[in-house]
Amino acid sequence: MPVLGFTDRGIYCAAGDFYIDPWLPVPRALITHGHADHAYPDMGSYLATTAAAPVMQHRLGADARIDTMNYGETRQIGDATVSFYPAGHVPGSAQIRVCVNGEIWVASGDYKTVDDGLSEPFEPVTCHAFITESTFGLPVFRWTAQDVLAQELNTWWAANVAAGRPSVLGAYALGKAQRLMRTVNPDIGPILTVTAIENTNQVLRTQGITLPDTVRITEDVSAKTHPGALIIATPGSTSQHWARRFPQASSAFASGWMAMRGVRRRRGADRGFIVSDHADWDGLNMAVKATGAERVFVTHGYTAQFARHLCDQGYDAQVVATNYAGDDVEGAE
Amino acid sequence: MKQFAALFARVDESTKTTVKVAALAAYLSHAPVDDRLWAIGLFTGRRPKRAITTTKLRVWAAEVAGLQDWLFDESYHVVGDLAETISLVLPPPADVVEHSLTHWILWLKHLGTLDEDARKAGILAAWDSLEPDQRFLFNKLLTGGFRVGVSAKLMTRALAKSTGQDEATLTHKLMGKWTPDTTTWAALIEANDPTADLSRPYPFYLAHGVDDPTDLGAPADWHAERKWDGIRGQYILRSGTHHLWSRGEDLMTDRFPELSALADYLPDGTVIDGEILAFTDETPLSFNALQKRIGRKTVPKKILAEAPVILMAYDVLEHQGHDIRQQPFDARRTILRDLLGRVPTTAPIRLSPEVPFGDWDTLRTARAQSRAHNAEGLMIKRRASPYLAGRKRGDWWKWKVDPLTVDAVLIYAQAGHGRRANLFTDYTFAVWDGDVLTPFTKAYSGLTDAEFGQVTAWVRKNTTQKFGPVRQVTPHHVFEIAFEGIQASPRHKSGVALRFPRMLRWRKDKPLSEANTLADLRDLLDMYG
Repeated sequence: MPVLGFTDRGIYCAAGDFYIDPWLPVPRALITHGHADHAYPDMGSYLATTAAAPVMQHRLGADARIDTMNYGETRQIGDATVSFYPAGHVPGSAQIRVCVNGEIWVASGDYKTVDDGLSEPFEPVTCHAFITESTFGLPVFRWTAQDVLAQELNTWWAANVAAGRPSVLGAYALGKAQRLMRTVNPDIGPILTVTAIENTNQVLRTQGITLPDTVRITEDVSAKTHPGALIIATPGSTSQHWARRFPQASSAFASGWMAMRGVRRRRGADRGFIVSDHADWDGLNMAVKATGAERVFVTHGYTAQFARHLCDQGYDAQVVATNYAGDDVEGAE
Repeated sequence: MKQFAALFARVDESTKTTVKVAALAAYLSHAPVDDRLWAIGLFTGRRPKRAITTTKLRVWAAEVAGLQDWLFDESYHVVGDLAETISLVLPPPADVVEHSLTHWILWLKHLGTLDEDARKAGILAAWDSLEPDQRFLFNKLLTGGFRVGVSAKLMTRALAKSTGQDEATLTHKLMGKWTPDTTTWAALIEANDPTADLSRPYPFYLAHGVDDPTDLGAPADWHAERKWDGIRGQYILRSGTHHLWSRGEDLMTDRFPELSALADYLPDGTVIDGEILAFTDETPLSFNALQKRIGRKTVPKKILAEAPVILMAYDVLEHQGHDIRQQPFDARRTILRDLLGRVPTTAPIRLSPEVPFGDWDTLRTARAQSRAHNAEGLMIKRRASPYLAGRKRGDWWKWKVDPLTVDAVLIYAQAGHGRRANLFTDYTFAVWDGDVLTPFTKAYSGLTDAEFGQVTAWVRKNTTQKFGPVRQVTPHHVFEIAFEGIQASPRHKSGVALRFPRMLRWRKDKPLSEANTLADLRDLLDMYG
């Protein structure tokens, strides 16, 4: 019996009778992080990191029963010993280490290996079998260094301020949005947010994460009341009503997909910033190597290509079917 | 090349025409003169000769990046652009140097004279000296396919802005077979006589589509003729030499040798706009007959005999060496009729016949007979109209026949690349043959981005089998497929091949059982094949 198995409900641990990131209702779910394709509603109970829990509670509702653990703590569940280690994806995100009879498997959910200045930095966990994503599992994906990214963002924003244009930056509500607001120089101008992002900001601030001052976009907030503003908006919201109060805005989108010219053009934004909360090609390869694992299971993204590449490198790698979406190119979380 | 890369980035990233034009105009005013000329050349499809095969570039790039060939190819498939793939997989440059655009183009020309080892060393060194954005453009120069989001129209507008010259004049100056090697900024842009180049064509006048011409006003103001289904061409006879240009500015003179005979009958200083048609016994053949000759540089005798071509003349643009485009259509047509009246009927040219009509309903009836004439529909031209440059609204309209359609079932989907990477956009469709679904066409276009997104999500959840990049899906969705023509094809399982197939509608209202059958397709083939 393997430590973890892949079922039509999620990743299952028979020794502990629990699931990791299940997509159909199960009695007991261990959750890597609060994004919607990993933390589904209607589970009998949830177990997540202390830092991930507040956002999950906010998203899943007050009725969700969420138990928490700190990073590095261990807990015995049936015949399995489980612990959580930082995945560097978003605040509170974790790789879940499961040990049964001395055999160690790690389910990493979504992760990135670079320090984004916001999330708890990724820690490699030694294991026998590693379950990895491969959202950007092709060698064409290589991220802009964090300091260069900051410079690019600030230059774009400042130029818009000088030209009297608002700046609209598309990013996901949990993780990417906060990372960007901590990356830019807040002295350039006011930072405005759409409701979905501001709600997440509130939750994160309450749990002690420092974010720059932001203003929620309400009916009476406009380019006139906040000249030179940087508006951080969820990708789907830029066609909503509020956008009309910020005419002539320069639009930008922040995503790993912006590495590809074709996708940049399809999105039709004025600028594309190459930034992701998933590992790039080098990050994925380094992460797999650092685990020392012999067996690798690839769950989502460019799975076939990444698994074949790992096999070429001598790993026993295979693709497994899951419902995880990774960073969907069309902007779903 | 930094300046050119910055221009390219601005033009490529922005969706706003004003931003693109402003960036281009600024470049055309401030860049070194040689670089300006090359920029215009590149943006209008004139590129340096390819010095290296793409196969070699792939192998070298994979080698430098330390990638297995299959992984490089997978990456290329996803990115959809070789130049971009190479620029993305290579490690960052070790030793950055700055050279002008013209420097790199001349360097490439020199490279073509070296042996392979020297070429490879040169390319690798260049890659290692360029920032990724410049490296991408350098690769574009290497691979030759310099297609970017700048239309000739936009380029001309920017040039007009920076030089103060009239757009139509500049459009004319930029036509034809010049390259930055064979001309100069002064000769091409600043000199005043666009016909100094004897082969230079006039910009084609293109029509907008019309759904119902009733609103155009009094029928008497309009001339109608068939919209022939061939290749639009411009026949130029100056100083005893003839040239034949396609609408896409391809020189087609040698591809249609029969038309050289026209030089014996037409007077010097004549330019005619018309349609090249395969034509026998005073009847145009279907486009399928002409298709065999497309893409051939020279034509074997057998094909010449099977599908001889004529020029179906629409218009005359130059007469006795004078540009007469400003004269009214009726006057030009009279000149054209006179010219052709002096040509024997054995010569490969005809006057496109007028389709007379007293009211729009009569014309509607004529349009309905288009397919029987192997025509795509009707052209409606204002009798008083000048011959304009480019696609202009108001004077010329095309009234095309409705496409043929069938309802078909989606059975395979494949991800697109480039702009459509990660979206399932390339579909295979099937019709019923008894209770079996038989594939008969692929289609890639016609849905909105939102619809492609919906289909993509559905495909991910309803894949029954994967064959490499191709996914077999549960037969469920019915689409209305529109196409312009149908022909028998022994190469296809269904026995038919369609022309310009695309998705007209997603028929969410139709159950699977109501999709069309192979017998329906055969009926269409009998009627229109």
